[in-house]
Amino acid sequence: MKKDLTRQQYLDLYYFMRLNRGVEDTMVKLFRQNKIVGGLYSSLGQEGISVGSAYALEKKDWLAPMIRNIGALLVKGVPPRDVFMQHMAKYDSPTKGKDGTSHFGDLDNLHIVSPISMLGDLIPVMAGVAIAGRYLGQKIVTMTWIGDGGSSTGVFHEGLNFAATQKAPFVLILENNLWAYSTPVRRQVPLENLADRAKAYGIASYIVDGNDVVAMYKTAKEAVDRARAGEGPILIEAKTFRRMGHAQHDPAEYVPKDMRAYWEARDPILLYEKFLTSEKLLDTKGKKEIDDKIDALLQKERDFAESSPMPPAEFAAEGVYCTGDDCHKVQAKWERDMREVMPPKSSVPAVWTVEGFGAGKGSSGGIAPIHFGDTSATTEKAENEERLAPKSPPKTIAKKKSAKTATVAAGSRKARR
Amino acid sequence: MPAANESKTNGTKTTNGSKTNGGGPVTFLEAIKQAMFEEMERDPAVVVIGEDVGVYGGAFKTSEGLLERFGWERVIDTPISESAIIGAACGMSYLGLRPICEMQFIDFIACCFNQLTNFVAKGHYLWNAPAPIVVRGPSGGGVHGGPFHSANPEMYFVHTPGLKVIYPSTPYDAKGLLKAAVRDNNPVLFFEHKFLYRRIKEELPTEDYTVPIGKAAVRREGRHLTILSYAAMMHTSLEAAEALAKEGIEAEVIDLRTLLPLDEETILKSVKKTNKVLVVHEDTKTGGIAGEIAAILCEKAFADLDGPLMRVASLDTPVPYAPTLEDYFLPNAKKVFTAAKELARY
Repeated sequence: MKKDLTRQQYLDLYYFMRLNRGVEDTMVKLFRQNKIVGGLYSSLGQEGISVGSAYALEKKDWLAPMIRNIGALLVKGVPPRDVFMQHMAKYDSPTKGKDGTSHFGDLDNLHIVSPISMLGDLIPVMAGVAIAGRYLGQKIVTMTWIGDGGSSTGVFHEGLNFAATQKAPFVLILENNLWAYSTPVRRQVPLENLADRAKAYGIASYIVDGNDVVAMYKTAKEAVDRARAGEGPILIEAKTFRRMGHAQHDPAEYVPKDMRAYWEARDPILLYEKFLTSEKLLDTKGKKEIDDKIDALLQKERDFAESSPMPPAEFAAEGVYCTGDDCHKVQAKWERDMREVMPPKSSVPAVWTVEGFGAGKGSSGGIAPIHFGDTSATTEKAENEERLAPKSPPKTIAKKKSAKTATVAAGSRKARR
Repeated sequence: MPAANESKTNGTKTTNGSKTNGGGPVTFLEAIKQAMFEEMERDPAVVVIGEDVGVYGGAFKTSEGLLERFGWERVIDTPISESAIIGAACGMSYLGLRPICEMQFIDFIACCFNQLTNFVAKGHYLWNAPAPIVVRGPSGGGVHGGPFHSANPEMYFVHTPGLKVIYPSTPYDAKGLLKAAVRDNNPVLFFEHKFLYRRIKEELPTEDYTVPIGKAAVRREGRHLTILSYAAMMHTSLEAAEALAKEGIEAEVIDLRTLLPLDEETILKSVKKTNKVLVVHEDTKTGGIAGEIAAILCEKAFADLDGPLMRVASLDTPVPYAPTLEDYFLPNAKKVFTAAKELARY
């Protein structure tokens, strides 16, 4: 670890990792007291990834956490009470008891998109947020996380490929924690490095030690800067290990003992404390101050969460639809002149034209066929069939405007359909 | 459905009697195109995203000219990735955009079922995040598209709280409802029956208009029985109603237009008058909207019914390819006529 962050940045990373672990330790206690109504997932040993990567984002940027990214939420500004109340299904929680865990978001202030349990779905969503931000001139970067297991889903591929074709300012953190529930990574992916997946999309990638929070931060920062500069999406594989089972119910006895021992010795907080001490950024007194601060905060947040009521039963029937402007004002925040995307400024020359094609008029003035399934009305049918009969190809394809557009045109005819 | 054509070329009058633009009657397809053009002109937050929607103008040319007018940022050609289309559109909507997604054929909506039903549909309920996106595409059979280009998958989504489902039958409604869908803050699925694309024409009003989502339309007044239908089958039902009239049976034909939310009020009002109900849909029979309507009538209008609810629907099979098979598979005016006559006699 090279020392080139500010003192405050070093201490912020430490604080958020400690807070991350403190929040999760508190939740384990709540879980054992049956105060958490559903499942509890742990990011023990992976805090450096959540914290280091989210810390690289600016306030205006957007993130979408996965189940083991409580740390990223804390960095983005979510108070611990929201995390507690989500898990406890409380009425004051962000989803008012309608969903649990890290499944909540904030469109207006913190710029967080709520995850769902189907892995990979967030990737095209965050690509969409990224290109919408670019469209509106907001200069934002979006970030989400995926596991080694989630990287095998179809939508991972669809989303990352789409993001790459759009050069979306999007950073994907692939947390390779070696286990997808009980299935080891070597049985999921025939690759040594999951970062190699990036090659398939023609995008840049990094491999980083996920248990080294400073390395994680620096790598993420570089990726975020590159994405913001217009280099397109970037994939970061963070190597780590899932210390707990898939969730609290799972003792993870399928994990070899020596593997667990190796990674436990590489605890990211322990490693970082050693670094901070050796660099004289943290001493016993400083550590105690942080301990006390976090303890006091968590006690306060936990008290608040525990005193929050359960949602009233009838609330279950509410909120399926947005009822209009009184419910939500959907409004884009333009940070560029919107005339740029309106005609005449937005207009571009025709990329290709086939005379009469599609306009409902054939080259000789008759009805042009478009596609099977769009045969014309019976009155025009005889005439149309005649026109369909000659097998000659469309007569004129206009000259391509540029090499770039020519490629697009050539690619638009698909064999599949 | 082949015999249904006659009833579809039903002249050039507008269905609401308003002033037309004088540009002559336009097709269903043109009405869709006009809706997208006008919404994009009106609001720079409206963008179009889908496969071949830009350079090519869409497989059915519904977005032809959009790219040239609105540019690359607003008309987005995507890879063949339906989940990415819906996911990206959803993400864009979080920043206040109103994307119109095209499914090249609505059959392919199955590829993004998860993204739609789990992500998009649940967002508002779970975390107060509206997703104002429209997903539109050509649907329906009768054009020999075969089992993967003829689907009517509306009921998968009618069963999904959080979505709205529209299935219009006239150019006027198609344009007005598509505009309403774009302006709605919820995810709206918009099914376009491709059999109707160029078989019906209608004069459209000059001025900007929308058609309210969730309202059915009475297409023909009658007193002996009510035929509830939508999309292409609405025209088939009208054709059957004309034939029934010659035998002294006056059928009331109601065009549902929106399947979710369903206009129960209009349905119940008509049932009070006619006391008999026939539901006609091109979707396959089991699990079709007719079953849901039957349940609603049992719950809310049991005492008004003077006969069993009857239904004419497609066979419970995939859509077959050969014209002989597909004709047998689909409902037609004769089947509707026969069922209606039986019901009227009941």
